[in-house]
Amino acid sequence: MTRPAAIVLGCSAGGPEALKAVLGGLDPRLPQAVLVCCHTGSETVELLCELLARASRLPVIEAAERETVRGGTVQVAPAGYHLLVERDLHFTLSTDPRVNLARPSIDVLFASAAAAWRDALIGVVLSGANADGADGLRELRRLGGCAIVQSPDSALASAMPQAALARAGADHCVPLDAIAPLLNQLCLP
Amino acid sequence: MDHPTGDLELEGIELDLFVEAMRRRHGYDFGQYAPASLLRRVRQLAQRHGDGTISALTHRLLHEPALLPQLLEGLSVPASDMFRDPSVFRALREQVLPLLASWPQLTIWQAGCAHGEEVYSLAILLEEAGLYERSQIFATDLSAHALERAREGIYPLHAAQQWSRNYLAAGGSQSLSDYCSARYGLLKLDGRLRRNVTFAQHNLAADGVFCEAQLVLCRNVLIYFSNPLQHRSLALFRDSLVRGGFLCLGLRERPDAGMLAADFAPVDAGLRIYRRIGPAAAERRP
Repeated sequence: MTRPAAIVLGCSAGGPEALKAVLGGLDPRLPQAVLVCCHTGSETVELLCELLARASRLPVIEAAERETVRGGTVQVAPAGYHLLVERDLHFTLSTDPRVNLARPSIDVLFASAAAAWRDALIGVVLSGANADGADGLRELRRLGGCAIVQSPDSALASAMPQAALARAGADHCVPLDAIAPLLNQLCLP
Repeated sequence: MDHPTGDLELEGIELDLFVEAMRRRHGYDFGQYAPASLLRRVRQLAQRHGDGTISALTHRLLHEPALLPQLLEGLSVPASDMFRDPSVFRALREQVLPLLASWPQLTIWQAGCAHGEEVYSLAILLEEAGLYERSQIFATDLSAHALERAREGIYPLHAAQQWSRNYLAAGGSQSLSDYCSARYGLLKLDGRLRRNVTFAQHNLAADGVFCEAQLVLCRNVLIYFSNPLQHRSLALFRDSLVRGGFLCLGLRERPDAGMLAADFAPVDAGLRIYRRIGPAAAERRP
C-alpha cells in the first residue's frame, strides 16, 4: 500500500465518545488529513468540534467549502450538508437529499474521498446505529484503500460497524483503544 | 476495464462526454459545476434512466429530447425546507424587511428556487411585514419541472411539523397552518401567497440580468458551482441589485472574498446577508 495521505472517519450514535478516544491517541506529528463525518442531529457541529479539540492533539476545524484539504488537521463535516472531496483536494458541500437518512452521509464522504485518494486512504467506521458508511467503505476498499472497523463488541452502538463488516469487510477489525495506535503505525514514516 | 482505478478514469471520460452532449445538444453548460457533486447526480440519473452507465444516459440524452426536463430536474437545486435555517429568516424579518420598507415598490429575486419552499417562506415574511402588496417576487430555476412543482406549492405532510417549528423559530407571529391546508397526506400552501410571484426559467450559467432588485436570495446554489461560475453568479447578483439592496446566500457558502469586499458590506456575515454598496448597476454600465 502507498503511504496514506488521508484518514476518513464515520460514526453516529456513540460517535463523539469513540472519536475522542481515536483522536486523543493520534500522534500530533501525523501529516495526514483527518476527515470526520458524524451524524449529530444538531444544527451545527460547533460543540462537537470543541469537544474533539479538547481531546485531540491535532487541530480540529469545521470543513469549509472551496477550502483545500489540510494535512495534520482534523476537519469535521458541517451539519446539514454532505461533505465531498474533489479530485484536486478541495472540499465541496451539497444539500442533495439525505442518504441513509443522514446528511452529512458517511457513504458520500467516503466515496468521494476514495475517488480522490484511491489507495492512499484509510477509512474507519466507528460506533453507530445505522448502516451508513458500509457502501462507502466498500467503495474505498475497491479502490485500494485500507479499511478499519471498530469491533462491534467495543462499540456503544454496534449496527454501523456490523453493517460495514458485512458489506465491505475490513483489513483491520480492532477494539476502540487499538485504533489510534494502528493509525499511528500505518501513517507515520 | 477490470482495474478499479481504471473504472474511475473511464467514468471521468463518460462524465465529460455527458457534459459535452448536454451543452451541444441542448445548450445547457454544466462544465463549471463542482465535479464531485455533479458526478453524484449524473450517476443517480444513470441509475434511474438507464443501465447505470453514464454512456447509456448520454445516448438517451442525445436521442430522446423528451427526457431533457427530467435530466435538468436531477441536475438542478434539490428541494429545501420552509424557513430552513430559521435564524436567517429571523434576520430577514427583523433586519432586512424594515429597511426594504423604505422603497415604494419591491422587486425580489430568488435564484434557484427548486420546489419553492423558500419562496413561500419569503412570501409569508412579506405578508406579515405588510409589504407583500408592493412586492414582485421572481422565483427562477434551471428546471421547468421544479418550477411546476414550486407553482403547485404542494408538499408531503410529514415535513409540516419541522416547518412549523422553523416558522416559529424564525419569529413567525401566527401559525404556519394559517397559510396552508392538509389533506390526503399532503400540505397545500395558500394560493394567495403566489399572487405576486412570477416563476420563470433562468440559468445562472448562461442568462443575464433581467430585473432591478432590492433583495436577491440564492441559498445553497453556489455550493454546486466551481469558482468561475460562482464569480459569474455573484456578478449577476451585483448587477441586479439596486444600491443598498440586499443579498442573502446559504449559511455555509464561502463567496469570493475579493468580489464581496468590492461591492458588498456585511449586514450579518455569519448569516451570509450582505448589502450592495458602490455605484448602482445602471451607473457602472458604459
